[in-house]
Formats: sequence, C-alpha cells, structure tokens
Amino acid sequence: MSFLDYFIDALFLQAGYNSALVAIGAGLLGLAGGGAGAFIFLRKRALVSDAISHATLPGVGIAFILMVAFGGDGRWLPGLIIGSAVSSAIGLLLVEWITRQTRLTEDAAIGAVLSVFFGLGIVLLTIIQTMSSGRQAGLESFLLGSTAGMLISEATTIACAGALAAGFVFILRRPMTLVAFDPEYAATTGINVRYVDLAMMGLALIVTVIGLKIVGLILIVALLIIPSVTARFWTNQVGLMIGIAAVIGGLSGYVGAALSAAAASLPTGPIIVLVAFGFFVISALFSPLRGGLASAMRHWRFQRRVHRRQGLLALARREPIYDGLTLRILRHSGMIRRDGVATLRGRIASQKAARDEARWAMARRILSDDSAVERYDGLTPIEDMMTPDQIDEIDRVILDQNGAPA
Amino acid sequence: MSNAELIAEAGKIVDVAGKDAPLTVRGLTVSYGNKPAVFSIDASIPAGSMTAIIGPNGAGKSTFLKGTLGVVPRLSGEVRIFGKPFAEARDRVAYVPQRASVDWDFPARVIDVVLMGLYKSVGLFRFWRSRHREQAMECLERVGMADFSTRQIGQLSGGQQQRVFLARALAQNAEFYLLDEPFAGVDAATERAIVAVLKDLKAEGRTVVCVHHDLSTVAEYFDRVLLINVRRIAEGPVDTTFTAANLQETYGGRLATTHIDELRLA
Repeated sequence: MSFLDYFIDALFLQAGYNSALVAIGAGLLGLAGGGAGAFIFLRKRALVSDAISHATLPGVGIAFILMVAFGGDGRWLPGLIIGSAVSSAIGLLLVEWITRQTRLTEDAAIGAVLSVFFGLGIVLLTIIQTMSSGRQAGLESFLLGSTAGMLISEATTIACAGALAAGFVFILRRPMTLVAFDPEYAATTGINVRYVDLAMMGLALIVTVIGLKIVGLILIVALLIIPSVTARFWTNQVGLMIGIAAVIGGLSGYVGAALSAAAASLPTGPIIVLVAFGFFVISALFSPLRGGLASAMRHWRFQRRVHRRQGLLALARREPIYDGLTLRILRHSGMIRRDGVATLRGRIASQKAARDEARWAMARRILSDDSAVERYDGLTPIEDMMTPDQIDEIDRVILDQNGAPA
Repeated sequence: MSNAELIAEAGKIVDVAGKDAPLTVRGLTVSYGNKPAVFSIDASIPAGSMTAIIGPNGAGKSTFLKGTLGVVPRLSGEVRIFGKPFAEARDRVAYVPQRASVDWDFPARVIDVVLMGLYKSVGLFRFWRSRHREQAMECLERVGMADFSTRQIGQLSGGQQQRVFLARALAQNAEFYLLDEPFAGVDAATERAIVAVLKDLKAEGRTVVCVHHDLSTVAEYFDRVLLINVRRIAEGPVDTTFTAANLQETYGGRLATTHIDELRLA
C-alpha cells in the first residue's frame, strides 16, 4: 500500500483501530487547544503558555521516579499527567509571583522559569535513563510527541480531558472575553481578573498536559497559538474566532495524526504543527478579510476608486481629463458620454464628490488629531465614517467660514 | 494636622453629603511602588451631582478613580459607595475607562462591546436574547451611534470609540457613573453628544463624576469640582471652589496667571 493510500485510509479511520484512536484523540486535543488558545492570544500571553509547557518536564520525571519507587509502571499516563500538571502549575505560579513581587517584566520571568524547569527536567530524564528498573524507554517521546503503541485508556484520558477543557472554555467565555478586552472595566463589574487569568492559564495547562503524549511539550504552544492567529484572519467577532480556532485546531490534530500514522517514522507533534501552519498559510493568503490576496485586490480596487474620484472632482471643477484609465472608468460607470461630456449621473456624483472633499478638508482642520482623519483615504463617503451630528458640525463650520449666517 | 483632627475633618465632610452618598472616601492612599500616586484623599460626592476631578498631569486623578473602584489596590483608606463597601454596591455603579486603555484591534463589533455592559444580567450559560440586543441598540441610539452597530471597533474614530464606551456604561443602567477623561481627544460633536447624555443622567437623578482636563469647560459642564494634586486641594460647588486661589494651589507654576484670568471663575 502506498503512503497516499494509507493516509486516506487513516483519514477515514480505516487504517486500523489504533490509528483511528489516535486521530480522534488528536482531533479533540486540537479542538480544546484552539479554543483555549484563542483567549490566550487575545490576552497577548502566548509566551506564558510556552513557560507552562516547558515546566511540565520535571513533573514527568518525578512522577516516573515515584511510580517506579512504589513498584508501579513508571509510564502509566494518568500518573505522568498529574505529575506534569503539578510541576507546570508551580511554574505558572512562579511566573506570576516573580512578575508581581519583583521589578522584572513578565517576559524575563517566563525566560527564567522556562529554562530552569526544562533544564531540571532534562537532568531528571538523564538520571532515569541510568536507573536499572522500570521500562524507561519512550519517556523522551514527551518532548516531541509520539503515537506509536497508544493505549485505549490513554486515548480515553485525552478525550475526557479535552472535553473538560472545551466545557471550561464555554462556561468562562464571557469573563475571559471581557478580561482579554478590557481588564480594568472587568474588575469594576465584579470579575476577579487574577482568577480569570489563572483560569485561562489553567486551560492552557490542561491542554498542555494532555497534549504531552501526542504533540510533545516543546511544540504544544503551537497548537494553542497557530489556530487562533489563523482564525483571526477570517473574522472580526470574538465568538466566531474562538469557534474557528477550535475547528482549525481539531482539523490540524486529526489530519496530522493521520499523516503520521501513514508514515510511522515521522514524529506526530511536528506533523500536527506543520498541518496547522498549512492552514495558517492558506488563511494568510486567501482570507477575504485580512488575507494577502484580498489586500492585493483591495489595492487594485483602491487604484480604480482614486481614478474615479479624481475624475469626478475634475468634472466638478470643469477641468479637462487626460488620464486614459480615468476616462475609461468614468465611461464604464456611465458618468461621462463617449465624447467626454458629463451625464446627469456624472454631474450628481461629481457634486457629491466635491462636497465630501470640502467636508474632509474642514474635518482635517477641526479634528486634526482624530483617528478617522488619519485613516481617511480621500475616497470613502463621509457618511460611512462620521456620525450625522459630526457631519452637521463640519457643515456648520464650513457655513461660518463662507460668511453665511450661522 | 494630627490623626484625630484628620478623622474629625473627614467626619464633617461625610455629614455634607449624607451617610448613603454615592461616594464617600476617607484617607485614600494608592501607590505604585513606594511612591504614593494619591495620598490620604477625602472626598464625598452628593447624590444627583456632576463632579469634575481636576488636577495637573500625574496628579493621580485616574488613580483616585481606580482606587475607589478597587481596580488598583488601596494602600490605606476607606471607600463607601451608597454607604456600603464597593463589592456590595457594584451593580449601582458604571465605570468608563480611558479610551486608550484597550486594544481597539480586538475582534469585536460595536454592538458586542455594548453587550459587555449586560454580561451581569444575562448570566454565564444563557445566550443573548433579542431584548438584550434591543437594550444595547437603545444605548447606541442615545450616543448617536446606532448606524455603526455592526462596525468593527478598530474602524471607529476616537470620538466614536468614546461614545461606544459610554453606551456600554449606559447598558449597565447604573445610578452612579464614573468616567475617566471622557473628553480627551474627541471631536466637538462628540463632546456635545457626551455632555448631553451626562446632563440627561443628572436630570434623571443619577450621579456623575468625570476626570476632566479642560479647565475652560468646567463651569459649563459641572456643578462640583474636586481638585487633586496627589493630595486633596479642595472640594465643593463650582461657584465657591473653582477659584483662582485653589487652581493656583493645585497647578502651582504650571498654570499661567493669564490663563486663569480667562476662565469663568467664581
């Protein structure tokens, strides 16, 4: 069977029980990661989740050593998950504490915690390698993720925790949105900003520890951030953005796991991240809202609108038009006849253009520091950017200027 | 002044506005690091008044507001809202932060921001109903922004952003409104629109407090002033408190005497 056949089989859950299990687990993980990550991205704390993930490693090592010491299986997943959750919670609280109690900024605290915990974890893993007891092989797969030989119990654990995280996202969506947008206002309405922030990071923590097995701790931050950044290309509404991020995360996990099932030598985590990146690239290019292609199209249309506006202003001032493109555009839109004389429509449009131009000239003088003036492109109808009373004010000043009675 | 005298004086202030006044502050100190931003401020805002908080840059006007609402931690002092701790009177208060304090590229439409003012009334699990949307649209109508309800907030002008923030506070239907620099960097039409809304609130018997920076409009917009420069300089009706002597004490050399002469002072 070729790689492609196997991949298609895996995609449709036909490649065997184990691959289907992994694909579904990875999909749920991606769903939870995308949803939780959206808030972390909006709160601009992506790097904190990186500290959380790196801080899991000592917990993995200590949990393994403890479970072996008590005569159990050192690789029992729930035990490793609890261990990693405890150590990354300590890491998270340390970042918080350092930021609040010292003059260090959050990024410095993140750097310190991340590297120290990761270093400690690596030392522990090295010690474990030299231990005689307990099947320690495979523990290092927590770094980059691996799905070979995944158990049904492990897949169920991941699925349950993923559903739990998704439930938390739903319950906390409003407080988290408010805190991400306007923390000071949120505080006055009775929301405990610190707790909401901790809950947000707690969600990242859940996603991280359940993602250890599949994606690995080094790359899990990508599953939190790439889907949200990608979703931002498609919508200006926070609710939709969370949904899209969850779907993109879920798809990345599912497709990535299927791909890595088709080629067993490829590590699962990096493949999932690359699939997510694929979605990102497609969105960055083709999103109608913020994508590259759309902005190229907008530029093309913008050029035409500039020509049209210049043409209309020239008509209003009864100046001759020489530019070939301008003439073509005016002709096509029925503003002028073949011989260059303005039609009725053209005369109305040109008067409106002249009036807007005068209003904007005044707006620039009386509202010199207003952001609408800074953004004004010289083309948008003024009604789209100013409220009626703002326009009235401009007209009143224009009238005053022209000496008419106010 | 000794401690006992301070307390006695604070007691007198409380008497002016009554025990259940919208805001009573005694000895409020807030500091960033080890330098007080406001120090031992007493204030008392009577119901139905419109008060301007005035002082030079860095005088702690915004910090005073945030300190009273618990947005920044208090180092010392007591704050009573309608005679109760703020946590118990929260639902009767609406706060309008500085426009520049948030990232306007946030993925939200105008109506979404106004709906944030209704989070309390909708509960955690339930979804928005048409009556919530109608309520939000009414608030946008009051600030003249109904036509912009589906606009992405990043596309608004500064004045429009300020109106949206005010609409969100209106949605809370509070009795006591605290606004941080609502007229900073807005156009003349927006300033008139906001003043009209605030005067309506006052006419309805609600209480308004604004951090304000434009001395030339104080007498026109407000009936009371609170002059702050880290410490409380003076507080009272505009007629008797907004005086050249008090302004000189508040602003020191930063305010030219000629400038003071141009103001409509008591």
